[in-house]
Amino acid sequence: MSNRVTNLLVPIVSVVLGLIVGAIIMLVSGYSPIEGYAALWNGIFGDLYTIGETLRQITPYLLAGLAVAFAFRSGLFNIGVEGQLIVGWFAAAYVGVAVELPKIIHLPLAILAAAVAGALWGFVPGLLKAKFRVHEVIVTIMMNYIALHVTNALIRTVSEGGDRTERIFTSASLRSEFLENLTEFSRLHMGLLLALIMVGVMWFILEKTTLGFELKAVGFNQHASEYAGMNVNKNIIMAMVISGAFAGLAGAMEALGTFEYVSSKGGFTGIGFDGIAVALLGMNTPLGVIFGATLFGSLKYGALNMPNAAGIPIEIVEIVIAVIIFFVASGYIIRLLLLRAAGKKKEAK
Amino acid sequence: MSFLEILYFIVPSAIFYAAPLILVAIGGVFSERSGVVNIGLEGLMVIGAFVGILFNLLFADTFGGLTPWLALVAAMVAALLLSLLHAVASISFRADQVVSGVAINLLAIALALYLVKSIFDKGQTDFISERFARYNVPVLSEIPVIGPLFFTSVYNTSFFAIGVAILAWFVIYKTPFGLRLRAVGEHPMAADTMGINVARMRYVAVMISGALAGIGGAIYAQTITGDFGHATINGQGFMALAAMIFGKWHPLGAMGAALFFGFAQSLSIVGSSIPVIQEIPNVFLLILPYVLTIFALAGFIGRANAPKANGKPYIKGQR
Repeated sequence: MSNRVTNLLVPIVSVVLGLIVGAIIMLVSGYSPIEGYAALWNGIFGDLYTIGETLRQITPYLLAGLAVAFAFRSGLFNIGVEGQLIVGWFAAAYVGVAVELPKIIHLPLAILAAAVAGALWGFVPGLLKAKFRVHEVIVTIMMNYIALHVTNALIRTVSEGGDRTERIFTSASLRSEFLENLTEFSRLHMGLLLALIMVGVMWFILEKTTLGFELKAVGFNQHASEYAGMNVNKNIIMAMVISGAFAGLAGAMEALGTFEYVSSKGGFTGIGFDGIAVALLGMNTPLGVIFGATLFGSLKYGALNMPNAAGIPIEIVEIVIAVIIFFVASGYIIRLLLLRAAGKKKEAK
Repeated sequence: MSFLEILYFIVPSAIFYAAPLILVAIGGVFSERSGVVNIGLEGLMVIGAFVGILFNLLFADTFGGLTPWLALVAAMVAALLLSLLHAVASISFRADQVVSGVAINLLAIALALYLVKSIFDKGQTDFISERFARYNVPVLSEIPVIGPLFFTSVYNTSFFAIGVAILAWFVIYKTPFGLRLRAVGEHPMAADTMGINVARMRYVAVMISGALAGIGGAIYAQTITGDFGHATINGQGFMALAAMIFGKWHPLGAMGAALFFGFAQSLSIVGSSIPVIQEIPNVFLLILPYVLTIFALAGFIGRANAPKANGKPYIKGQR
């Protein structure tokens, strides 16, 4: 079996194993896995409305996945996507509420604000990594909590003591009547298009620009890159800034498309952490991210149908996602088992 | 309110908030000193809190006042089992330890909520009837100043946590086991050459971290919240992780940091009734522990260096 095939098989095997573990848990706790997965399926593809909502859910997952994947390619682990998303969400909503401008200026401005806010939140860990060699994992985790508390305080200030901002002006909204009519009035919005364009942008940066080449080189081997005359520190900061910008855009999807406001949060949205799953499953490639985001976004939205249709708590899907990450992370052992299975087949022939 | 009265008010509640943090941070010290990064502390705490509350609800009638303590044991076992998953993935399967930790966190909260909804048919459990009780330590609480500060309306769990921290310091720095633990985390190949079983040491360390995180979670749930729901732990595990780093991977340092973070947390909660402090916007107190941790890592408050082999799987024979 070639290396390429095993590389592709690891995620697929992990997904299958995850679904099997989910089925076992449902069975043990007294639910019917068949009913459960049927409810999940209907929750994803049931009718035009659910398909629209599923696509809507996939949108931020695409961007969160890109954010994690982009950092990974440069050898950085951005756990801070969650925090960058939250500040992006706030920034976009704030611009959407604070001013009223013609759509052609307002919408891009709000989107840009989200990207800049996310980039700023990514810049801090990038700078600390470059200047002080501080591990980005810990800093990004801490930045997540700082983002959560700071945005909550800002929302309270902006709304004069309330829990959420006003609705954004329609001139900053990503919603489109066309898409709503197409999907029986789901909240599907133009952000999906933007997210797909960003997938292309990531591919272009990584594969077609000097910057991308340097970022990947730094990811493979910092010392070699430095020896080759690349500015490692600059690349680390750039990687975190771009990654943060992607994450901020994911926040803009929520602010300008799905909700059209921002409310204070008791805890994290989870999208940022699921972005890690998306990137890992997609092997940190742009195409892979589309695959991962589609899978996890669908699972996440489809799960909402499970309590009503089959009486199963939605958390079952979170369990499945966690188990999938677990298996993808343990790729070494799956690869080993696959190679062994392939080896045995050869002997049998 | 006089300054002393303010202290009498804040210090006991700081210690009360710090107790679970201390235990979980010490757990983190064990794991990371052996070279296994444990981002999963949060999830292990969640499982501890859930099992602790569940045990308490189920057996309160049988065991009466002993229930909270027995619940700690149940929580310890449950979190230890979950930490085995992290150990297997990161030690035997050579998984990325951070990714495996993230998976543990997602899994723990999902599994706990799934079970809560299956068992109780709602989003959170009932409130427990047998809590840890506050009490005044006889004699000691009579001492002026120190009495009201440290020995009035305290929880036994706080003393337990401080005891564990001192014990951990002894184990890590004064016993052969501790020396081996540190060796495995600094230079596994050298340790292996000297005949230390690296994988076994790391398994033991991760299991200790699971056990302590489980106890910490159960203490948190049984003293502070009283029930279990999706927001019960809400970042306490990550704050313990921060305390571990702020304490520079040293048990007593971690304890000090946890006490300080407990102080910040209690200020953000009870601060609104204290003059001067109520002038400070709450958000600054809330983010203080996280900001300080970043500063500590950046070297503004003395250099914090992780164990050298932290986060790297040990592959025999690889240089």
